[in-house]
Amino acid sequence: METSLAASRGTTRRRVSSFLNRHDAIRRALTLAPPLVWMVVVYFISVALLLANSFWRVNSLTGGVIREWSLHNYDTVFTWNVRTAFLHETYFTMAWRTVSMAALVTLADIAFGFMIAYYAARIASPRARSAVMIAAVIPLWANYLIRVFAWRSIVEGHGPADALLRLAGIHTSLYATSFAMWLTFCYLWLPYAILPIYAALERVPASYLEASGDLGAHAGMTFRQIVLPLAVPGIVAGSIFTFSLTLGDYIVAPLIGKGLFLGNGIAQLNINNRPLAATLAVVAMTIVFIYLALAKRTGAFEAL
Amino acid sequence: MTKSVRWLTVAAVTALVGVACASSTTSTPPAGGGTSGAPASIGPGEGELNLVAWAGYTQPAWVKPFEQQTGCQVNAKYGTDSSDMVNLMRQGGGTVYDGVSASGDATNRLIANSDVAPIDISMFPDYADVMPSLQNPPHNTVDGVHYGVPYMWGPNLLLYNTDIVQPAPDSWSVVFQQDSPYAGKITAYDSPIYIADAALYLKATQPDLGIEDPYELTSDQLDAATALLKTQAGMIGKYWGVYTDEINGFDSGDMVVGTAWPVNQQYIEADKKVPVESTIPSEGVTGWADTWMMSSHAQHPNCMLMWMQYTLQADVQTQVAEFYGATPSNTASCPQLNKDLGQAADIYHCGDDDFLSKIALWKTPLADCGDGSSDCMDYTEWSNRWVDIRGG
Repeated sequence: METSLAASRGTTRRRVSSFLNRHDAIRRALTLAPPLVWMVVVYFISVALLLANSFWRVNSLTGGVIREWSLHNYDTVFTWNVRTAFLHETYFTMAWRTVSMAALVTLADIAFGFMIAYYAARIASPRARSAVMIAAVIPLWANYLIRVFAWRSIVEGHGPADALLRLAGIHTSLYATSFAMWLTFCYLWLPYAILPIYAALERVPASYLEASGDLGAHAGMTFRQIVLPLAVPGIVAGSIFTFSLTLGDYIVAPLIGKGLFLGNGIAQLNINNRPLAATLAVVAMTIVFIYLALAKRTGAFEAL
Repeated sequence: MTKSVRWLTVAAVTALVGVACASSTTSTPPAGGGTSGAPASIGPGEGELNLVAWAGYTQPAWVKPFEQQTGCQVNAKYGTDSSDMVNLMRQGGGTVYDGVSASGDATNRLIANSDVAPIDISMFPDYADVMPSLQNPPHNTVDGVHYGVPYMWGPNLLLYNTDIVQPAPDSWSVVFQQDSPYAGKITAYDSPIYIADAALYLKATQPDLGIEDPYELTSDQLDAATALLKTQAGMIGKYWGVYTDEINGFDSGDMVVGTAWPVNQQYIEADKKVPVESTIPSEGVTGWADTWMMSSHAQHPNCMLMWMQYTLQADVQTQVAEFYGATPSNTASCPQLNKDLGQAADIYHCGDDDFLSKIALWKTPLADCGDGSSDCMDYTEWSNRWVDIRGG
């Protein structure tokens, strides 16, 4: 009796698997369905709703959204002025503040990240390497907000940064300055720069470097001609992280800085005027798309 | 193959979006009154009460006794500003929160959108003791219908660090005038409603603009206020959005002068890190009068009505006033408050209708100027301007 039950179970399973084997399309559909549904529901619909919102407007008395299509918000945000990147003055100032910060943070993180990654991948002993890599990722174990507040207490009045500057004879507070924000961002996103660069550098075969040396190239030339080109995909990948994370951030600006970032403009408008906030979000998305398009031209995505 | 898959995906997405849009359109809450007439008496409690409140308004000292008396467990969510509170009250179609301590710049938005229910004040015996000017104020009474009961009111004071700000200021010019000696250490409230503070200052200093009511501004008047606030933005060290930001800012010395709620001053004084004092400048002050309102889709309406009845009581309001530094709306609280605080009670102006009438209370800016014309700038315009001021 037991054996026959097991046998029948076996045949059912076998039947299903042979059915799926014969029907290629159904098998493929079943495999793809869960991630596809996830992608569509979680990602595409929210982006589509965001886009739809940007064409709606708000009832100015109640703050409720009126679902009538118009270009009203785009009229508010955009203008025919090349000097301000086709944005109205306020939004341009906000976007420029955000993009320039993102660019400066990316430059610094790539520079620092490269040094650390290069040391870990090519110079350090195995023990030192794991120590460096653990040190690089350990901040990620603490909550993001806690790390931001930690920096806030560093740069706040009567804080350590204040005391340090006073020792140097400078009597000014770093609090609510762009410099303090830059420091915080550099700290926050450094691990995201180190990891991809490390991965790229680690993959450079030692034989390439030996071959380069055998062919008469000195160290600097080997670095420029062999190591750096092979590390570019990692550098670009890291820069995508640091750039887009800074661009989308809206926590650091109110806690440590002063002026509004794009994300803060969106958050502030979202309270009373979601459609206009959505339009501003489209601006932010466009900036990231432009950055990704530029990154793609470097061939970074082929190496991923 | 890949092409057809791509098209299928696009088609699927389009279909799903269509469905999502259609369903969200139909689920829009119906306009018009939510309840059919206010209940005449309070029924048995539902055992739970979910509130949206200003920080400091629902302290255990007076919430615990209420829970013991009524069996209604109070869960309070602090709103960061008026707009945040409006949004919270609309969550889940108004079913998530039962009530809100709404300021005058939120109340009319809630009433206009039918988010809050009419209230029959005759069920609250303490209502008779409410200050005359808060019995039927336009911020919670529309066409003779009441939408809540008054709680606390107070001014937005000029707070300053007495070590650094000398001589003691008697004008808002220390925070608005270019080349203020305190540039870089000035703070301001981070909300569109703060535009009214600039308008109030302009009303006194630039009579040519013809500003009557700082909440009813024409395009030109709003331009002038925006320009003033942009000048100020260059001198601001840091804005405060949540009251703790200002407390931290004064404590650390990064802020030395700016607008403040009485509760902020109370906390800074309690911290004893910096000496502060506050004043009511010659140009006058803006302020707020808060109302407990009930969601028109409240899940625990009886507990909410009990809460309204409880918070109207003189002894409860005295307690809140002494903790929060705001003034009770119930005049029966005044004798106890004056007795408890002695000289310090002067700044409360308890029961002082005359003083209250001089405060420009927060209200929602509307297109309707109040004089028949509708050339005024509404709150949406104000919030766009605020992003302009803060973002530029």
